[in-house]
Amino acid sequence: MIEGALWRRWVFYNIPLILFVFVLLFPFYWMIVTTFRPDGELYLPWNAPNYMPFWTNNPTIEHIVYLFEETNFARWMLNTMFIALVSTLISLFCGVLAGYALARLNFPYAGGLGTAIFITYLVPQTLLFIPLAEIIRNFRLGDTPWALILTYPTFLIPFCTWLMMGYFKAIPKELEECARIDGASRWKAMVYIIIPVAIPGILSSGIIAFTLSWNEFIYALVFLSSPDQKTVPVGVTSELIRGDVFFWGPLMAGALLGSIPVAIVYSFFVEHYVAGLTGSVKG
Amino acid sequence: MAVTALSAAESRRLSPRLRKLEDERWLALALLTPTAILLGLFIAYPFFQGVLLSLSSARVGDPGHFVGLKNFHKIWNDSIFHTTMWNTFWYTGVTTVFKLALGLWLAILLNRHFRGKALVRAFILLPFIIPTVLSTFAWKWMFDPTFSVINWTLFQLGLITTRINWLGDPDLAMTSIIVVNIWRGVPFFAITLLAGLQTISPELHEAAAIDGARPWQRFWHVTWPLLMPVTLVVVLFSVIQTFADFQLVYVMTGGGPANATHLFATYAYQLGIGTGLLSEGAAISLAMFPFLFVIVVVQLLYIRRVETR
Repeated sequence: MIEGALWRRWVFYNIPLILFVFVLLFPFYWMIVTTFRPDGELYLPWNAPNYMPFWTNNPTIEHIVYLFEETNFARWMLNTMFIALVSTLISLFCGVLAGYALARLNFPYAGGLGTAIFITYLVPQTLLFIPLAEIIRNFRLGDTPWALILTYPTFLIPFCTWLMMGYFKAIPKELEECARIDGASRWKAMVYIIIPVAIPGILSSGIIAFTLSWNEFIYALVFLSSPDQKTVPVGVTSELIRGDVFFWGPLMAGALLGSIPVAIVYSFFVEHYVAGLTGSVKG
Repeated sequence: MAVTALSAAESRRLSPRLRKLEDERWLALALLTPTAILLGLFIAYPFFQGVLLSLSSARVGDPGHFVGLKNFHKIWNDSIFHTTMWNTFWYTGVTTVFKLALGLWLAILLNRHFRGKALVRAFILLPFIIPTVLSTFAWKWMFDPTFSVINWTLFQLGLITTRINWLGDPDLAMTSIIVVNIWRGVPFFAITLLAGLQTISPELHEAAAIDGARPWQRFWHVTWPLLMPVTLVVVLFSVIQTFADFQLVYVMTGGGPANATHLFATYAYQLGIGTGLLSEGAAISLAMFPFLFVIVVVQLLYIRRVETR
């Protein structure tokens, strides 16, 4: 009976789970191997006799060196970092205030505004990028980081607001009433009592907003043009492919290094990230 | 009574501006203003601009003039647009079914106690966290016609004798893109559905088991209905994101070979930004709107129904 249970556990749980993990992580392994593989090995056809796909005996950092010496990669990293941080802060500021208002205050049209926020939450960037490019140009923001810093909040604020509404609704009304009885104004009760209680929610929203900004592509592709203004995803796409020639080594090195900041932030706040992700799908 | 007396005394000490914020309506207005300005300026205004643009003959460097529905008429008769539309529905439908099925399976695999569970959960979310463009390049490299590791593996296993040109053949290219989208989306489904599964009390399963329900029946009659509300929201987000997808196709094929793998967004980009036909690009982008609108309305109605039942 116990023997039977053991093989069942392997067949129905462990083996499928191992396969899932393998498939989900393999592309990252492939990224890492390619980054450290010399060009001579990289461009061996797949049916060559000495093709050894999963390992290299001659690791090299030539691709990483190329990335930093021949391209503006370091600059792209700084640009992306700056844009992601500032747009996250703006979105948190707006989202926390709006979430508080929609979750805890009584005012006319509160329900309608809540629905409107939910609808904008669902507007994809690809719906508006062409008219937005015109507007960015008319505002003279084209090819500056501000083109992205001001437009990323359009998809981050609805998300932060939605998530924060959930957190604020879960805080008991009595907490605020106690502060008010002790003489705090509404504003003070919000800033000193309620918002500090909602800090886990703010962290979750902030981390997800940061990863979303780092991931954004089409606005960055359309609104920025000079090589030194680009973000990592756009820079890698446009500067490491010349015509039909792909510089696979530096490309994979760029993909690997460009993922690291997000991976670091994620690894420190996994629990907050997961809480935010699951909170964001609660109606 | 004492409460109002105290806060009235307090509010007398406040500056006039802060006193105004004691009124819930003024406070709400103040708190919502920054959001309203940003969303109005960069969502509502571009939306109207987009509608106007799609009704004009604008190109890059030429503001154009009003031409009515001419652009929509033109794309309606455009065979590439027909392919684009078909592709978008196929892509959205197939990936959503697979992401839901595989995501649910993975969630069930994770919904028990085993050593290293937290670590596994953290790692499987990576495809969703890592910037899509960057991870898609890894896939493109794995699908490379000459250096493909997938071809190598299939060859070594004796399954193929000649190379497969994954991204060069129209049907295979679409399938390859679908595979990558599923790969990227499964973690999101798995983690959110796992959170849903964890809210289902194990006692319900025990009760059903005592009543003689088999595992499959328990899943179908206990787990699935209770998971429905979360499932619907997850599917709603996923369908909209997939329908409006851009990055994946842009990197994998750029809409090729021979315009066979375009989605709305990539075709709009190619016409609007690539060729500079702003008005036609805007029209193609806006053509997504009715579909998105219907998806949102149907799902919102359905979600409300499930929740009030």
